[in-house]
Amino acid sequence: MARRRTRNLGDPAYRWVLTGLAILLPLLLLAVGTQLAVSAAPALKKFGFRFLFTTTWDPVAEVYGAAPMIFGTIVSSLLALLIAVPLALGVAIFLTEFAPRWLRQPVGFLVELLAAVPSVVYGLWGVFVLIPLLRTVAVPPLRAVLGWTPFFKGVFYGNSMLAGGVILAIMIVPYIAAVSREVLQAVPATQREAALGLGATRWEAVWSAVLPYGRSGIIGAVMLGFGRALGETMAVTLVIGNRHDIGASLLAPAYTMAAALANEFTEATTQMYLSALFAVGLVLFVVTITVNALARLLVWRVAKGAAVGSKAL
Amino acid sequence: MSGRALRRRLKSGTLTAVVAGLAVLAVLPLLLIFADLIHRGASSIDWNFFVKSPVPMGENGGGVANAIVGTGIIVALACLAGIPIGVGAGLFLAEFGNGRLGWIVRFVADVMNGTPSIVVGIFAWTWLVRPAGHFSALAGGAALAMLMIPMLARTTEEMVRLVPNSLREAALALGYPRWRTSLAVVVRTAMGGIVTGGLVAVARVAGETAPLLFTALGNLNFTTAVSGPMQTLSLQIYVYATGPYEEWHRLAWAAALVLMGMVLVLSLAARWATRSRYAAG
Repeated sequence: MARRRTRNLGDPAYRWVLTGLAILLPLLLLAVGTQLAVSAAPALKKFGFRFLFTTTWDPVAEVYGAAPMIFGTIVSSLLALLIAVPLALGVAIFLTEFAPRWLRQPVGFLVELLAAVPSVVYGLWGVFVLIPLLRTVAVPPLRAVLGWTPFFKGVFYGNSMLAGGVILAIMIVPYIAAVSREVLQAVPATQREAALGLGATRWEAVWSAVLPYGRSGIIGAVMLGFGRALGETMAVTLVIGNRHDIGASLLAPAYTMAAALANEFTEATTQMYLSALFAVGLVLFVVTITVNALARLLVWRVAKGAAVGSKAL
Repeated sequence: MSGRALRRRLKSGTLTAVVAGLAVLAVLPLLLIFADLIHRGASSIDWNFFVKSPVPMGENGGGVANAIVGTGIIVALACLAGIPIGVGAGLFLAEFGNGRLGWIVRFVADVMNGTPSIVVGIFAWTWLVRPAGHFSALAGGAALAMLMIPMLARTTEEMVRLVPNSLREAALALGYPRWRTSLAVVVRTAMGGIVTGGLVAVARVAGETAPLLFTALGNLNFTTAVSGPMQTLSLQIYVYATGPYEEWHRLAWAAALVLMGMVLVLSLAARWATRSRYAAG
């Protein structure tokens, strides 16, 4: 009898310890959200919704409007998606559908490695290699062809929305590729076999049978990349120019919410300044959480709750 | 072959080539970055680079010993806090995670994986730096731990779920209680995979900068005191990259090469740990 009792004590104890550790995760997330909201409250109370839509950011006059950063965050991330999505889907489709078996492992590893390069190293490379490259190779032809549009007007100093978008694109390719690859792998083989059996070419099988099956997962993968881009800090801070400005030209300097936090947080001298920065953090947090939550639900629909892309993420 | 069939095969071939081309284009930046790191960084790396601390502004020479040791200490602190919680939460998800709480924890872990690290940084500042009144390596380690936990939870869960149920049943049939079955049989079998997840997480946080800006802050002097500001390679690269001096830029490339080397070794070790697991299984 005594033996059975000790045995029964071990199991519940084990379960409760693990449950306690697991519950820490939602508690942490809750703590982060609550703390940001509390610290941001003074600024949000004072400026209300104007905080999101006005463009003046003046620590001396204590007037804060985050519109330029929100604009810069969204535009740089969208620009990154525009460049990264075709590349990442190319990698994913190539690796799951067309690559010879011996090539899959090494290319997959290279892509994972791309995800492991520290953000600040991307930034360093962006400042000293990418920006000169853009200046000499990319911007002149872009201006020649598209110079008449508002997007490529003005002087190109180097640090710009364009540089930010390109570096972000390079950084999010591995995330989108890793997740879409696993989504495509989760598509049942019968899906391909049926299409091929009906006489489809290999591309037609991919296009008409595999991709539609994984559609929601791929959209989720793209949204995960978008979430990454929104919150990416160091690389963007180093190349985007850090200017509170809204403009159509991609060649002009811009700002993002994460970059503002990195640059100004330790310099915030007044309570209101600090609170305004917390408000920026809160907006960033809420936006990325929402994007990520939606993305996960979409990916889970295909991959059944798996930790998809966990090696890269 | 009819014209239509030929056209379809041509289209299939062309688009396959396009997809392969896109894949090459996607991997290209990595090769460029590696080439630049070696080209610009390798010549600055010598013995002094590893054993000396930075010299005052304007002087030449000096190294990043303070940053290398600092990176090691802060990452070790992060592991100390992050591994028990992350692996424990992962075990919970694998062993008891089929209910509503499991769904919530799994979802939160995935969402936290995408939370901007700079936000974690300002949170850690609010809870650990402001009350203490000073920046510290401890706060930096805590911030990095917060980034490790969700990653570890998910990879641990995946790896533990790979363990065949027959092993578990065999242990239970021999009279092992559930907790011993879990720890001595299931976790032990999945150990290779859990270690891989841990190495990947360490590689990821070792290069983090944003959460350390307001916690570990950086320090030009050599220190091992965890209650004060401490340098890491990533912070040093940031400072050197934004500085105006050629000498600093040179050191930034060298430090970046060292950091990238560390990340590469960890990633390769992670690969190797998984491979040996499959070989053994």
